[in-house]
Amino acid sequence: MASSKEVAEESNAQDAANDAPAGDGVAEDTPKGPWTEQSITIPSGPITAEYTFNTYPADAYTHEDIGADEDALLEMFRSMMLQRRFEERCRQQYQKQNISGFLHLYIGQEAVSTGSVHAIRLGEDSVITAYRDHGIGLAMGMEPGPAMAELFGKGTGSSRGKGGSMHFFDQEQRLFGGHGIVGAHVPLGAGIAFAHKYRGEDNVCLCFLGDGAVHQGAFHEALNLASLYDLPLVTIIENNQYAMGTAVDRAAAETDLFKQALSYDMPSSLVSGMDVFSMSKAVQEHAEMARNGQPSLLEVRTYRYQGHSISDPASYRKEGELDDRKSEDAIVRLQRYLTENDIATDDELDAIDDELKQIVLDAIAFAEESDFPDESELYDHVYAQDDYAFLK
Amino acid sequence: MAELQLREAIREAMSEEMRRDENVFLMGEEVAEYNGAYKVSKGMLDEFGPDRVIDTPISELGFAGLGIGAAMNGLRPIIEFMTWNFSFVAFDQVVNNAANIRYMSGGQFGTPIVFRGPNGAAGQLAATHSNSVEAIYANFPGLKVISVSNPDDAKGLLKSAVRDDDPVLFLESEQMYGLKGEVSDDEDYTLPIGKARVARTGGDVTIVAHNKSYWLAMDAAEQLAERGYEAEVIDPRTIKPLDIETIVESVVKTNRLVIVDESNPFTSFASEVSQQVQERAFDYLDAPVTRVTAADTPAPYAPNLYEAYMPSAEETVEACLSVLYADA
Repeated sequence: MASSKEVAEESNAQDAANDAPAGDGVAEDTPKGPWTEQSITIPSGPITAEYTFNTYPADAYTHEDIGADEDALLEMFRSMMLQRRFEERCRQQYQKQNISGFLHLYIGQEAVSTGSVHAIRLGEDSVITAYRDHGIGLAMGMEPGPAMAELFGKGTGSSRGKGGSMHFFDQEQRLFGGHGIVGAHVPLGAGIAFAHKYRGEDNVCLCFLGDGAVHQGAFHEALNLASLYDLPLVTIIENNQYAMGTAVDRAAAETDLFKQALSYDMPSSLVSGMDVFSMSKAVQEHAEMARNGQPSLLEVRTYRYQGHSISDPASYRKEGELDDRKSEDAIVRLQRYLTENDIATDDELDAIDDELKQIVLDAIAFAEESDFPDESELYDHVYAQDDYAFLK
Repeated sequence: MAELQLREAIREAMSEEMRRDENVFLMGEEVAEYNGAYKVSKGMLDEFGPDRVIDTPISELGFAGLGIGAAMNGLRPIIEFMTWNFSFVAFDQVVNNAANIRYMSGGQFGTPIVFRGPNGAAGQLAATHSNSVEAIYANFPGLKVISVSNPDDAKGLLKSAVRDDDPVLFLESEQMYGLKGEVSDDEDYTLPIGKARVARTGGDVTIVAHNKSYWLAMDAAEQLAERGYEAEVIDPRTIKPLDIETIVESVVKTNRLVIVDESNPFTSFASEVSQQVQERAFDYLDAPVTRVTAADTPAPYAPNLYEAYMPSAEETVEACLSVLYADA
């Protein structure tokens, strides 16, 4: 075997022959690649350009427009109402100290999750989101019991009490989390889409993020890669107006977040997140683009009724703003649609609501009756192999 | 067996695994059309095509994260960092996503991914291009860290890394890519992760050294032999999980331990070995555990400063003589 000195010398010789580090200016062999497509001759200016962004405003679509029959409409109502009732109780359970840690509520944004889930092939397509994840989890069919038990930190929780509020996962329904670091999951979304494409599948990945995540490098790197590799990815910005306590216009130099897509040569649309039909329509059309190899961006304008987390009284809001935004409420909008179109009566919808309230109470009972994980589980799931060498 | 350079052994491991399992792919900067910044992946684009050997923009955060997402969704990515120095812009992806997803999903999702590339100083490249990352990453539960010193270990351990169901960080060395050695040509040749190699037996002092430092230790052992001292040299090969039993077994025999590690010394791999040995073999030690490391400074550019900064075989000999209470 070579001595250390010889190792270095041999390698230095190799370096000179083969290993010129990228960008050091040492030319290699004879040029044989194609010319770059871009010219370095600058045209006389100015350069002007016109761009088109589709919009999906509220009250613009009927249920026929989104291919929903009456059963599907009632299912949408149930989905949105379940999220709201579940989270209202989460708030109460936090105050009762059954839930600890961070708790970020989704109330007000339910049309975004429900409309998106309606638009995809649930169980085949993939979804990934940030930490405000209860809504999408329930919309995708996570059982309320294990979801609530996860918030309680119980062993019967969806992540066996290891993840908590910010880390909901559902392997069966293909919810890839639940991610706590702002923006850091967006490249994962690109990777999930990459795997679909790599295997030649006809599936897409929806990647949700908040308006705050747009300012992370991860978002931009992921969009560039998605466009470069033509990944079946729909990136959905849930612009609920506030990144924690910082309003979007205090954080974004360009508050039209949908315009970010221009830098990555991908289509982009602006959607009302306060109408489940608009959401479904937009996601259907953008998912279809993705299935055809075209990634895209959606900016959804929505509003979070609660503070950033349970400990945030949201005193940074101007008086009247919350009430004004609530007048756009997506559940009320759907209720009105259902009754005005004689699809359901108020009594029928109330009965569904009562049923959902009971389901949530049952979920709380399930969580309360469940045990905390056994202490031995501390060392489980660190690695695939349970008795890993250095674990207890 | 065939004599291969380290770079060729790594290439052979990747190529064999890609032939064996179509879910394995290689992604990184300059891995495809450029044939690898250090020619590790030379020829792989020709064999596997652009869908499986994929050039990326200079976007480590992005493509490290993309790899993790792909791993969650059933693929087995090999992500090349041109050097581990560049992994720092992807740090959150590695330590917060790759490492934690199995745990925080309660075992629902795993991240079978390999991150690989050269680690440590590679000559006069100055501070930003000379970092040693093994201690930093090994600190995070959920990650496995391998650091190799020779072509045969590289092949066997990289193949194991690709087949492993957890994220594995595989540390190579720019200055060793040309190093030649006999390598198994068995397509199913794997070495167990977490198993050290006793490279040289001796009863007087134990030297633990990995990656390039291994060669300093072997050099020092030869010099010590000329003076009548037999060193036992252990290449841990895996940083985490650490095969502490093999090290302790040796210390019980020699009663003396010197750790050579070209990382900066504070909270380093050498510190960890030192701590674990005193905990398990305190009564067997006849001298303080001694470390030979890089200086606790950023890596300098000037040749004389660089030489002073790096650990050397001579310093290793001195350290061994010191724990042997022998004259220098």
